[in-house]
Amino acid sequence: MSTNEKAISSSNSVKSFFAKIVRNQLFIPIAALLLLIIFNFAADIILHADTSFFKIVLEPSSTGNMVLSGNLITIIDNASELALLAIGMTLVTSASGGQDISVGATIAIAGSTILRIVKGYSPDISGAKFAAVIIGAFLLSVIVSALFGAFNGALVAYFKIQPMVATLILFTAGRSIAAWINNNDNISINDTRFGYFGNFIPGIPVPTPVFITIICIIVIALVLKFTNLRLYSQAVGINASSSRLNGINPKTIKLLSFIILGICVAVCGLIKVSRTSSITYAVIANNIEMDAILAVALGGNNLGGGKFNMTASVLGAYVIQFLTTTLFRMKVSSSAISAYKAIVVILLIIMSSPFIRKWLADRKNRRLAAKAGSNVRKEVA
Amino acid sequence: MIEGAVLEMRGICKYFPGVRALEKVDFTLREGEIHALMGENGAGKSTLIKVLTGVYPMDGGEVMLSDHFVHIRSPQDAQNVGIATVYQEITLCPNLTVAENMYIGRTKGVLTDWRMMNSSAGRLLEELGIPVSPKEQLGNCSIAVQQMVAIARAVDMDCKVLILDEPTSSLDEQEVQKLFNLMRDLKKKGVGIIFVTHFLEQVYEVCDRITVLRDGKLVGEYVIEDLPRVQLVSKMLGKDFDDMADIKTEGDADRIDLSELPVYQANNLTGTTGIKPFDFEIHAGEVNGFTGLLGSGRSESVRAIFGADRVVGGTVKMHGKTVKIRKPLDAMKHGISYLPEDRKLDGIVGDLSVRDNIILALQVMKGFFRPFSRAQAERFADYYIKLLNIKTASQDTPIKSLSGGNQQKVILARWLLADPVYLILDEPTRGIDVGTKVEIQKLVLKLAAEGKSVTFISSEIDEMIRTCSRLIVMRDGKVVGELKGDDLNQNKIMATIAGGES
Amino acid sequence: MSINTPALNGKSLKRRSSYTDTNLLLIITIAVFIVMYVCAVVFLKKGFTKPQMFFNILNENASLLVLSCGMTLVMITGGIDISVGQVTSLVCMACAVHLEQNGGNVFTSILLALGIGLAFGIVQGFLVAYLEFQPFIVTLAGLFFAKGLTTIISSDRISVTNEAFVKLCRYEVTIPFLGSVNKKGIFIPAYVEIGVVVALVLVVLLFCMLRWTKLGRNFYAVGGNNQSANMLGINVKLTKFLAHVLCGLCAGIGGYLFFLHACSGSPLHAQGAEMNAIASSIIGGTLLSGGVGNIAGTLFGVLSLSTIKMIVTSLGFDDPWWTNITVALMLCIFLLVQSVILSRKNKTKK
Repeated sequence: MSTNEKAISSSNSVKSFFAKIVRNQLFIPIAALLLLIIFNFAADIILHADTSFFKIVLEPSSTGNMVLSGNLITIIDNASELALLAIGMTLVTSASGGQDISVGATIAIAGSTILRIVKGYSPDISGAKFAAVIIGAFLLSVIVSALFGAFNGALVAYFKIQPMVATLILFTAGRSIAAWINNNDNISINDTRFGYFGNFIPGIPVPTPVFITIICIIVIALVLKFTNLRLYSQAVGINASSSRLNGINPKTIKLLSFIILGICVAVCGLIKVSRTSSITYAVIANNIEMDAILAVALGGNNLGGGKFNMTASVLGAYVIQFLTTTLFRMKVSSSAISAYKAIVVILLIIMSSPFIRKWLADRKNRRLAAKAGSNVRKEVA
Repeated sequence: MIEGAVLEMRGICKYFPGVRALEKVDFTLREGEIHALMGENGAGKSTLIKVLTGVYPMDGGEVMLSDHFVHIRSPQDAQNVGIATVYQEITLCPNLTVAENMYIGRTKGVLTDWRMMNSSAGRLLEELGIPVSPKEQLGNCSIAVQQMVAIARAVDMDCKVLILDEPTSSLDEQEVQKLFNLMRDLKKKGVGIIFVTHFLEQVYEVCDRITVLRDGKLVGEYVIEDLPRVQLVSKMLGKDFDDMADIKTEGDADRIDLSELPVYQANNLTGTTGIKPFDFEIHAGEVNGFTGLLGSGRSESVRAIFGADRVVGGTVKMHGKTVKIRKPLDAMKHGISYLPEDRKLDGIVGDLSVRDNIILALQVMKGFFRPFSRAQAERFADYYIKLLNIKTASQDTPIKSLSGGNQQKVILARWLLADPVYLILDEPTRGIDVGTKVEIQKLVLKLAAEGKSVTFISSEIDEMIRTCSRLIVMRDGKVVGELKGDDLNQNKIMATIAGGES
Repeated sequence: MSINTPALNGKSLKRRSSYTDTNLLLIITIAVFIVMYVCAVVFLKKGFTKPQMFFNILNENASLLVLSCGMTLVMITGGIDISVGQVTSLVCMACAVHLEQNGGNVFTSILLALGIGLAFGIVQGFLVAYLEFQPFIVTLAGLFFAKGLTTIISSDRISVTNEAFVKLCRYEVTIPFLGSVNKKGIFIPAYVEIGVVVALVLVVLLFCMLRWTKLGRNFYAVGGNNQSANMLGINVKLTKFLAHVLCGLCAGIGGYLFFLHACSGSPLHAQGAEMNAIASSIIGGTLLSGGVGNIAGTLFGVLSLSTIKMIVTSLGFDDPWWTNITVALMLCIFLLVQSVILSRKNKTKK
C-alpha cells in the first residue's frame, strides 16, 4: 500500500497553484466566458473600432418606459429560462444519472395551462383581481408541471427506465398535450400587465425575468444550505445501493429531483408566454433541452450523475446564452446555431470522457510498475 | 524457460486505484499438469487470471507461451493463442441459447450454421452429462447448468492452457466428480490446467502443484506432496498454524450477562433471498460470528437482520420490546449498524469526500431538513480520522482514491459515528492489508468491552476464532450449528460446516 | 474433513417456458397487430377492408421501416441512436439541392444519401464504441448537428423537378390479384411504391443478417452482456461500432426513401421520425436494455404503430396532436410492460 499512498500524497503536496485553478469546477465556464468576452471585444475593435457590443444604455422602450438595453442585458435576460432549467437539470442529472429531454415540451404545457386560465378574464379587471388570476394560473401550472415531472420521475425511479428514454414519451407528446389544453387555438393576451413577467414592469429598468431568476437561485441556494438535498442526490447518483443501505430511499430522491425540475419548468413557462403574451405550440422553447443539458455539461458536471456544482451549471447557462448571442452576431441563422452547439457538446464530452481518464490512470499504473521493477533490480544488486 | 513449461508469467504487476492487486508475481505452468492457484480473498488470484486472459491490461511483466513471448490484449487474443477460461462469475450471455454460448466468438467463417452448432453442442452436452437442450435460452437454465455449459465451452476448445477459476462453487458433488474426470482426461492429452478453488479437499484430490499468493505477492510454488494441508493454510494466511491457537482472547465470555434481555432477538426471521427462517439473539458486550461457505447464507442472514433485503416474516425484539425493521432506516434508528460485504458496491460512495462518507449515516438518521454545519461535520471527520488512524490527504479527498484498508476504516467510522448498540460487520477484513486487519479485530474487541454487541463475519476462520465468543454455522441457507467455548477451534468449525466428522 | 459443495435449490432448476425472450416478445407484437387490424376491418370498415389501405400504410412508412430496422440493430447492442430523424431530413435536403441546383443525377444523389448516412454512422459509432461516450448524448449532438446543417443548406422547402427522379418517385409496383373494384365495377389493382420494395428487401436482408451471420449473433451477445461477450472472445468495440455504422447506413437509405416519397427537401421533413423509430422498435419487442429484439418484430411494430395512427384518425380524432399522443401512449405502455417483464425475470433468478 505504502508506495501508492506516498504517490497520492506527494502528488497532492506538489500540486501547484495553477493546477488548483484548472481543477476547480468553475474553471471551464469562467474560461469560456472570458474567451467569449475577449472574442467579442476583439471583433468590436477590429470591425467597428469601438466597444458597442458591451455598451449598456438607458433608453425609452416601445411602451415608453426608461429601460436598460444593450447586448449584455439581452444576454442576462434571455438566459433566464436556461438558468432556471439548469438548476433542475443539474439535480436530475446528479440523482438519476441521465437527463430530462422533455423540458421544452413541458414548458409548452405549463405555458398553455397559464394561458388557458388567463385568457378567460377581460383586460379591465382590477389589479388585485388580476394578481389573483395570475397567481392562480401560475400555481396550477406548477402543479401540472410537477405532476408531469413526477410522471417522468416515476418511470425512472420505479420502473427503472433510462431517464432519456422515459422522458422521450413527453418529448413526443408534450407539445401535442399543450395544444390540446387550449384546443389548438392561437391565444394572445391583450392585457399589457400579463407581459410584465417576461418583459419590464413600468418604472423598473431591469427586465423582470432577471429578478425571477435571482429569486429562484436564492431559493435553491437556501434549499441546498438548509436541507440535505445535495448530499442525498449526490450519494444516490454515485452509488444507489450504498445509499439505500445508509437509510436513503433512492427512489424518492430521484422522484423529488424530477418534481423540482417540473417546478423550474413551470416558472420558465410563465416567463416564456409572458414574453410574447401568446404561444406557438410547436416552437415555444424549441431545442431548449439541448441548451439545458449543455449548461450542465459546461459547468463541468458529470452527465453520468453524482457530484454537482450548482453555481457552475447556472454560470454555464449564461455562457451558452452569450455563445448564442455571439453566434447571432456572426450572422449565423438561428436554426443553424444548433450545429455549432453540437460541436461544443462533443468537445465537452471528449474532455470528460471515461476513455481519457482510463488512459491517464493506465499511464500512472505503468509508472508505478516501472518503479516496482527498478526496486527489484536494486534488491538483486 | 523452465523445462516442459507451456506458460510462464514473470514479474506481473497490476494496480487498481488505491490497491496494489499484483506485484512482481511469477507463475509457471507445465505441460500436462493440474496446477492449483491458492490464496485468501483478495490475494490476487482472479486478478492474475484476468491479466493472463487480457481482461485487464497488465501494468508490468511478461508472459511466455511455449517459448514465445505473447502480448495478450483481449480475451480474443487469449483464445487465439490457446488459452481457454472458465471465470468465477458466469460470463455467458443469458439472452442466447446454450449452443450459441458454447460456440460464439470462436468459430470460423461469416455465417452461423445453426444445425451443425446444435448437433455438435448436443453431442458434447450428452458426453458431459449436462441435462439441457442446446436450444434452450441460457437465462432459463439453473446456475449449475450455466456453469457446466461454460466448462463445456472451454474444454471443447483446442487449448494448451485451461483456466478454471472457482468453477465448483455452484456444482454438486456428482458434477464436481464429472469435472474432475474431465480434467484428468485433458491432463493426459498434455493440456496444462490452472485450477482456482477455495476447497482444500478438491486441491488435494486432483492437483499436482500449488502456487500460493498472498496480498498480491507470490509466496511460493510447491509440489503437492511436499505441502501438507496445515502448511498450505499457514502459507495462505501468512502465519504458522500453531501460533494462531495462542491469540485466542480470554475472559470475554464471562463478562456477558446472559440473564439480561438480549440487545437484539429475532424469531423466525424470513427473508426473500433464499435463506430458511432463522432465530437469532445477541447480548450486550457479545461478539458473535456467522460462518459457512460462500453462498451458505451468512451474508443474507445479517442483511435480513438489517432489513437490507425484503423481510417478509418473523418478529424482532430489541431490549425486549417488539420493533418493526423493514428497511435499513428502521434498523439504523433502532441502533443497528451494518458494514456490508461488498465494500465497493454497497459501502463507499466513491466520488464523495471522506468527510461526507463518514457523516452519511448519522446525517440520514438526523433527517433531511437538518443538515450538520460544515464545522460540525469537520469535527466528526477529524475525530475519526485520528481515532482510526485513517491515512488520507485531507477530509476532502474522494474516498475512492484511498487504499482498500483505509476505505474500510472510513466505512467503520461512519457506523461508529452513528453510535450503534449493535454493530454488524460483514467481511470487514476482506481485501485489505494485514496491519489493518489486526487493527479492525482489536477495535471489535474494544467495542465489545465497551458493552456494544457485534456480529463479525470473516471468511478467514482464524480471525473468527480470535474475535468471536460464539459462532453460528450455516449451510445451504440453514443454521446448522452453534459453537462456543472449547468448540471454537478450526477442526470443529470445519466439521460443522461440512456436516460430518473430519 | 469432507466438505460437500452446496447443491442448488430445486426451485431454480425448475424449467420454465422454452421460448427465448426474443420469440416471446415477437409473438406478442404480431398478436397485437393482427387484433388491431382485424378490429379495424370489422368495426371501422371505411377503407380498412380494401387491400390498398394496407399497402398505403407501407407506402407511407417505407422510410420509417428502414429507420426502425437500423434503430433495432443499435438497440440490440444496448445502444440508441436518436439522430436518424434529422439525418433523414438532412439527406432529403442535400439530395434535393444536389438534384435541383447542382445538376446532379439520380445515381449520384443515391451515393450522396448513403455517404451522409455512413458518415454519421462512422463518427457516432467511433465516439460511442471506442471513446465510450453515452450513445444518447453523442447522437443527441448528432441530431442537432444534422438539424443545423440542414438549415445551413437551405431553410426553405425545395421541390424536385428532375425528370428521371420524378419518374422514379411516381413508379408504382402493382400487386397481382390484389385490389378492389371501384363504383363502376372496374378492378383496380393494389400497388406499392418502389421504396416499399427497397425497404422490404432490406428487412429480409437484415433479418437474415441477425439470424444467420456471426456479426448478427455478436450483436445479441454484446447487448445481452457486454462483459461476458468480451470474455467469450467477441470484439465488443468493433461490434458496437458496426451497429452504429449500419444504423447510419439505414438512416441514409431511409432518408432517400423519404426523399422518394416526398419528392422534396425541407427542414421540416421527418420531424420526430426518431421517436417513431424508437417506438416501433420497442413495440416490436426490442428491449431497451439490449440483447433482445428482432427485425420481423420491428416490421410489425411499424405496422402496428401506423395502423393505430390510422384508426385514431378515422375515429374522428383528426387533430394533429392525437397521433403524437397515441404514439407516446403506446410507447409508454410497451415500456411499462417491458419494465415489468424484466423485473419479474430478475426476481425469479434470485
